[in-house]
Amino acid sequence: MKEKCLVNSRIIDPKNNIDEVGGILIDSKGKIKAIGKKVTKDSVSKETEVIDCKNKISIPGIVDLRVFVGEPGYEYKENFRTLSEAALSGGVTSVATMPNTSPVIDNVSILDFVKRRAKDKSTIKINPFATLTKGLEGKEMSEFGLLQIVGAVGFTDGIKCVQSNRVMDKIFNYSKSLDTLIVQFTQDNELSLDGSVNEGIVSTRLGLKGIPDIAEKIIIERDLSLLEKYKNRYHISTLSSKASIPVIENYKKKGLKFTAGVSINNLSLNENDIGDFRTFLKLSPPLKKEEDRLSLIEAVNNEIIDVIVSDHKPEDEESKRLPFQQATTGASGVETLLSLALELHHNKKVKLNTIIKALTTNPANILKIDAGHLSVGSSADITVFDIEKPWVLKKENIKSKSKNTAIEGRRMQGKVEKTFVDGVLLFNS
Amino acid sequence: MALIKNEAVKFKHKHLLGIQSLSIPEVNYILTEAENFVEFNRKEQKKLNLLNGKTQINLFFESSTRTLSSFELAGKRLGADVMNMNVSNSSMKKGETLIDTAMTLNAMNPDVLIIRHQDSGAANLLSQKVNCSVINAGDGWREHPTQALLDALTIKLKKGKIEGLKVCICGDIMHSRVARSNIYLLNMLGAEVRVVAPATLMPKDVESLGVKSFTNMSEGLKGSDIVMMLRLQTERMQGSYVPSTREYYEFFGLDYKKITKAHPKAIIMHPGPMNRGVEIDTTLADDINRSVIKEQVEMGVAVRMACLKIICGNKNK
Repeated sequence: MKEKCLVNSRIIDPKNNIDEVGGILIDSKGKIKAIGKKVTKDSVSKETEVIDCKNKISIPGIVDLRVFVGEPGYEYKENFRTLSEAALSGGVTSVATMPNTSPVIDNVSILDFVKRRAKDKSTIKINPFATLTKGLEGKEMSEFGLLQIVGAVGFTDGIKCVQSNRVMDKIFNYSKSLDTLIVQFTQDNELSLDGSVNEGIVSTRLGLKGIPDIAEKIIIERDLSLLEKYKNRYHISTLSSKASIPVIENYKKKGLKFTAGVSINNLSLNENDIGDFRTFLKLSPPLKKEEDRLSLIEAVNNEIIDVIVSDHKPEDEESKRLPFQQATTGASGVETLLSLALELHHNKKVKLNTIIKALTTNPANILKIDAGHLSVGSSADITVFDIEKPWVLKKENIKSKSKNTAIEGRRMQGKVEKTFVDGVLLFNS
Repeated sequence: MALIKNEAVKFKHKHLLGIQSLSIPEVNYILTEAENFVEFNRKEQKKLNLLNGKTQINLFFESSTRTLSSFELAGKRLGADVMNMNVSNSSMKKGETLIDTAMTLNAMNPDVLIIRHQDSGAANLLSQKVNCSVINAGDGWREHPTQALLDALTIKLKKGKIEGLKVCICGDIMHSRVARSNIYLLNMLGAEVRVVAPATLMPKDVESLGVKSFTNMSEGLKGSDIVMMLRLQTERMQGSYVPSTREYYEFFGLDYKKITKAHPKAIIMHPGPMNRGVEIDTTLADDINRSVIKEQVEMGVAVRMACLKIICGNKNK
């Protein structure tokens, strides 16, 4: 591979405190050789391929901490190849995949299969999660140690939450010595039973069972109490409610180390967008009130929330063309993660550097993977985008195998132009 | 027979999915048409040919006695060919989706589908997929428009008006489509609507629908002109929402003592079927000076005839 150099770009790398106009020189092995304002067209050799990125911003490739892929079992919804294409067009170069497959990823052989499939078919970097409990049943803990050896980056029941206090206590206690990453989808089953939207005026008007705020808060409070005792690596996958934020803030102030994420959906939409039963907006956690959305945005800006995820959950039409109560949850979103996140910058709600950090450095740190930064010597996973470019999402342009976007027709500002993985240009708009 | 011509109002909807999508003139149009049918239905000869040659399919996914028979009778009196689909024995049990069932029926070219379904929004979904008109006969907890219309007609005929009346709806508001449709309709027509329920059966933020909510029945009943009781389903009585039937009756059952809080001429309504001794005292339910429960059933046929006539006769669809 020829050396290449991105020049004239505004480079933002929160980890290395870079925000300047300059260049990124990529060596023949796909590693970053030099970076910064001294790297220009004239500073590199004649053989180097020069890519002009004037008026564009270059950031570390996005690390998406919550992505569902259909392999194995739901290949008709998404496979590693289609996921890669979708992710690259959204500037995402590394993803953490959820274990809610069929069969579920709760043992070494399935994990090994997934790793091999990903290696063969994926052009982005796949970091698989395994389940916290066997069969996602919430009863017995998975083989954390063995699964980590094979390559599980962390453990979560994905769309499910471990309910039993006893089981959760044992998970924290046992996995402590293994430095295991525990990721919880924080929602109490009993309080959210049969719920399909937020509890409030929308659930009342549509005649649907609501999910109350307390369903999230009560699990966060329980988990953080346990965390105080055991001090593991712990991450809250997708916060949705304003009521949960003070709990997180208080524990963080007390010095407890943990992180929290939020889905871009909960930052970009609210429950009113559901209208008259739009099942593409049936999400989990559910869309909440506008005041919840605004509080979540503020918490991102204050860095109480560390990570923004796409919560990319491809679903086929059939599982959405049902009465709302029966329709499946989730929306495809890896392609629009950055563009929607940039709305927060354009609206002057969140600092650009904080947004980039929540999409790159922070998720990579949580996973303890070498990504999310542009250090010399590291892999050249780079996303180049035009922060001003207006565009409208059309269903037919979606690259994911499933077209269940929650934001069809939305006008956005900011679009990915180029995505590099290990120095190779894999997406070019 | 002389049916009053009422063509001035344009009823623009192809479907009747809920009260929420109707305007005041449209509601009044339906009620006026229905009023004509009340008289007509009391005659010995009660067959019309307004819907001759039209096919009406009653697609009921939930069991029903009065709504189903009321729609069936309404269709037949207007001259339509009426078919009742017994869904509990059908292919829905074999895993067919609602949409596929609807598409199958649609292929038989019906003119109107009457649907009752346990899921909120089912009628809306169906209406997007079929060519014929759809009338919602109750979807989940969301709407039951013909029930609200028949209740409004009953009130109108008993009280001569709706505007300015105090209406108190009591019982399981949370799980009640009847309550929701009545809230929308009676609010629209200018009544003051109150809802009474134990806190566990009160939907969140219900006051934003424009009602006053009470957990104390006597306060809610105070000065009410209309007392509308709702059915409490058996499975909700035993500890999960309220501690017991007898505790519920003590605090939320309508009896001769509690009714004294209401206006002396207050009338009592119930959409049926009743749980005597649970939400209403059995003698009070049958008290012809108070209870209009039987009239409601009568109005039901008239209202459904009006809805069928308007929906099926609507050429603007």
